Formats: sequence, C-alpha cells, structure tokens
Amino acid sequence: MEIKLNNVSHSYESQNPDAGLGLDGVSLTIKDKSFTALIGKTGSGKSTLVKHINALLKPTSGTIKIGDREIDSKTNNKNLKPLRQKIGMVFQFPESQLFEETVEKDIMFGPMNFGATEEEARESAKDALKLVGIEESYLQQSPFDLSGGQMRRVAIAGVLASNPETIILDEPTAGLDPVGRIEIMDLFKKLNKQGKTIILVTHNMDDVADYAEYTYVMQNSKLVGQGTPKEIFNNKELVDSGIVSLPQSANFAKKLAEKKYVFDQLPITIDELSNMIKEQLENNG
Amino acid sequence: MDKLIFGRYLPGDSIIYRLDPRGKFLITFYFIGIVFLANNVASYALLLAFVLFSVYLSKINIGFFIKGLRPMLFLIVFTVLLQMFFTPSTDPLWKFGVLQLSTDGMVIAGYILLRFVVIIFISTLLTLTTTPIEISDSIESILKPLRYVKFPVTQVALSLSIALRFVPLLIDETVKIMDAQRARGVDFGEGGLLKRIKSFVPILIPLFVSSFSIAYDLAIAMESRGYKDGEGRTKYRQLHWKKIDNYTVLVIALLTVCLLLVRSY
Repeated sequence: MEIKLNNVSHSYESQNPDAGLGLDGVSLTIKDKSFTALIGKTGSGKSTLVKHINALLKPTSGTIKIGDREIDSKTNNKNLKPLRQKIGMVFQFPESQLFEETVEKDIMFGPMNFGATEEEARESAKDALKLVGIEESYLQQSPFDLSGGQMRRVAIAGVLASNPETIILDEPTAGLDPVGRIEIMDLFKKLNKQGKTIILVTHNMDDVADYAEYTYVMQNSKLVGQGTPKEIFNNKELVDSGIVSLPQSANFAKKLAEKKYVFDQLPITIDELSNMIKEQLENNG
Repeated sequence: MDKLIFGRYLPGDSIIYRLDPRGKFLITFYFIGIVFLANNVASYALLLAFVLFSVYLSKINIGFFIKGLRPMLFLIVFTVLLQMFFTPSTDPLWKFGVLQLSTDGMVIAGYILLRFVVIIFISTLLTLTTTPIEISDSIESILKPLRYVKFPVTQVALSLSIALRFVPLLIDETVKIMDAQRARGVDFGEGGLLKRIKSFVPILIPLFVSSFSIAYDLAIAMESRGYKDGEGRTKYRQLHWKKIDNYTVLVIALLTVCLLLVRSY
C-alpha cells in the first residue's frame, strides 16, 4: 500500500488563533513495504505529518492517498475504521494507552474494535505477544504490574494484533536501554521483511542509519531533504546547518578524518566504519 | 479538547497583564456580583461597554473570548430558550400548551444571554492574562487572615497551584490517549449512550494511572528539594500593589455607582 502526500498543509489556527502552520505544503511518497524514516527537530512537524496518515488529523489543504483511499479536508469522520485497521500507530510512550485488567484483554482491544470475533482476537493477542518477545504466561497478568520495558512491548503488541499493513512508529525507543532498543528495532525490521511498511519518526540517528532504507527530513513544518540515510548524512548542507545530526559512527569517522584517515563518504553504521578503518590500516601498514 | 480556551493563560503584555493579580481576582468576582444589578438596556450596555473596553485594553484578539464561550454554548442556549418560552406573560405572541413566546420573554432571554457573555468574557480575561501561579498566589494572599483560625493557608494554596498546573498537563495527556485509542479503532461519539460512555473507559483509566504517577513523581521531586511545609517561607514572587491598581478600583467603584444610577427600580 503506497502512501502519497500531495501538497499537504495543516493549520492549527482553528484551535488557537495565534498558532501557525503544522505542515506547510508537504509532498512525499512512502513506498509499499519500505522502511522509511522521518527525522527533524522537536516541533518540526513530524508527528503532525504521521497523524495525517491515519486520519487522526485532516489536512487543511492538499490530499493524502493511502492505497486507493483519498483523504482531504472534507473527508468524513465516519468510516475511517478500515483505514485505521490497515495503519497501525505506535505513539510515543505507548505504555500510557494500557487500560485493561489483563494483558490479553488489552491486546484484544484493537482487533475487537476492528470487528474480529473474540476467538480471533484471542488468537491474535497470543501471536502478537509472542512477536514482541513476551511469554504467554503473562497473558492473564495486569499490564500495570509489568516493568516499563514490558509495558512498552505489550502496548506495541496491542497495535500489532490488528495486523496492520503499515506501522507508524513515533519514537519507539525513547527511554529504552540499549539492549531493549536493539530488540525492539530488530522486531520492526523483521516485520518489514515480512512485507509490512514501516514509518519511523525519530530523533535517534543511529536508528535511522541502522534500519531505514529511505529518509525524509522535516524542518519548520516543511520537507527539506530526502534520500537514503547515506545520502542524508553525507549532505553537507543539512548536516552543517544543524538540521540533521550525525549517527555515532559518522561522528567518530569525522574525528578520525582530522588525523590521517580519509573518508570519501562518511560511514553511518558501526560495520561500515570498522570496515573502512580496516581497509585503511591494511593499505597503510 | 484543545479548544478549551477558558482557564488557559495566554502569554502577552498589556496594562491588564500588569495589574496586581489580587486586584484582578477580586475585581473579577466583584464584577460578576454587580452584573446582577443590571436590569435594563442602559445598565446592560454599561456592563458590555466595560467588558469590551477591558478586552480592548488587554490587547488580546477578541476571537479568544468568543472561543471561550464555546464550551458553555449548550448551557447558554438551554437557559436562553427556557427563558424565552417559559416566561409567563399576559399577552403572548404565540402560545402552545405551556410554551409561550412574548416580547417580555424575549427581552429577558436577551438579558440572560448578555449576562452569560459578560461573565464569561470577564473570567476568560482573568485567566488569559493571569498565570495560574499568580492566581494561586493571590488566593493565598487573600486568605492570609484565616491563618489566625488555624486554617492551613499555605498548604491549600500549594495544592491549588499544583491542581492548576495539572490542568493543561491533563488536557494534553487526554488528547494523546484519545489519539492512541482512536488509532486502535475506538470511535468516540458513535453508537448509543451506553456505548459512548463505555468508550471513555479506555481514556479514563490511563489518565488516572498517569495522574497518579505524575503526582508521585512530583511529591518525590519536592521532598528531595527539601519541601516541608509552607510556614515561614519567604516568597520568590512578590506581589506589588501599584498606583494603577488603585485607579482600577476607582473605575470599578465608578461603574457600580453608574449602574445603581441607570438601573430601574
């Protein structure tokens, strides 16, 4: 399912007379089955943009095409369920959406809303929990008795259980320890390999470098750059103006370049960095 | 939810912003009291003029005030209609059972409408131009004499300022949780009454949970910074009663006198 934004603007003016634009003429395409990252500073409009993709917000002008469904300013609030079932959204700190008595019931909530029978929902709850790496024995526990990291996984399972085709992730690794971060991100990579479209909103440039295939850069409600992560992190203009910061490997390479190392292109992952260093050490030594 | 203007502070600077919050607070309440003195066209015009002039002085876009009416719209329309159709009259223009429409009824309904507008505008003006913290400081200052009857003034003021501080936080949190549950397929405002009420459970429970955790964190943060009790603490934010505040009191006194003169007895 391809997602296409055509000249989308969103104004918050209707809520606050003094507020400006949340989105300003954004056009972009998110390819089917891709792993796309959306980066930018706080308040650059990333979250506003992704809320448009499952019609939590509607554009003031412009259109959004999701598969064969089109959303514009006049789209009715009814009948959005089929769309929202196809587009799962994991919000920032999703653990704050847990509310049921048991983990199982909470995960079943989404599928049941989208019209699954209790049996089906129970089945998908089980599968989703397994997917996020939590044992089945937790199904009957209260979600509020879990640790923070487990709550996060259960909340993510609650989104995955509806079997969405596209998954939007808003800072999914915020506040997780490094191991938890890798586990969660690997899970999304796996889902992507299974044919799901992943849209990742993040501040974490290492997540972008390690996982994304394509990147869009937002600044002041506008789209200011796009390309593969490699292109973005090697784009002098974006990096020097401070719109995009570098992943740790690229930063390290930059420091090495001050000594006698030479990099035609900045490495963005640890593997690339170590390979480049190895090459140069072998050539010189 | 974010449409709630009433009770929100809007950063800005104008003569109204600079008034002493104690004065603003008391004057607002006093004004709401004297609104009930008005009983004819002239007196209502006077009130409206006063309110509009204050709005003008505040340099805030009137749009904010009109939006402030929105949450009360149902109450206003309901009351106005009630007055319009149930005011007993000797020569109604239209009559159907207990319902009747008369010139008197319409005039009274108009007065009620004006009364609502005036009261909501003035209280919106107070909250738009006064930070919650200033309001709670002024309440503390106003309640100070109660200390002599062992009333825990400082604690009450602290609870109040914390409660006020939580309002925008909870609104933001509610919006966030509603979005999250909507993404999981909840349709708010669809289906029968029972279904609608039920659809609020997935909002209320997370909201309670997060409020408790915020409150808990706040308590720890306060204790770790050595908060014990308000008695004998000096104030970082000092309130100063200035000349301009005296003039405001004068203006409001003048308004009262004028009202008493033009109202019909």
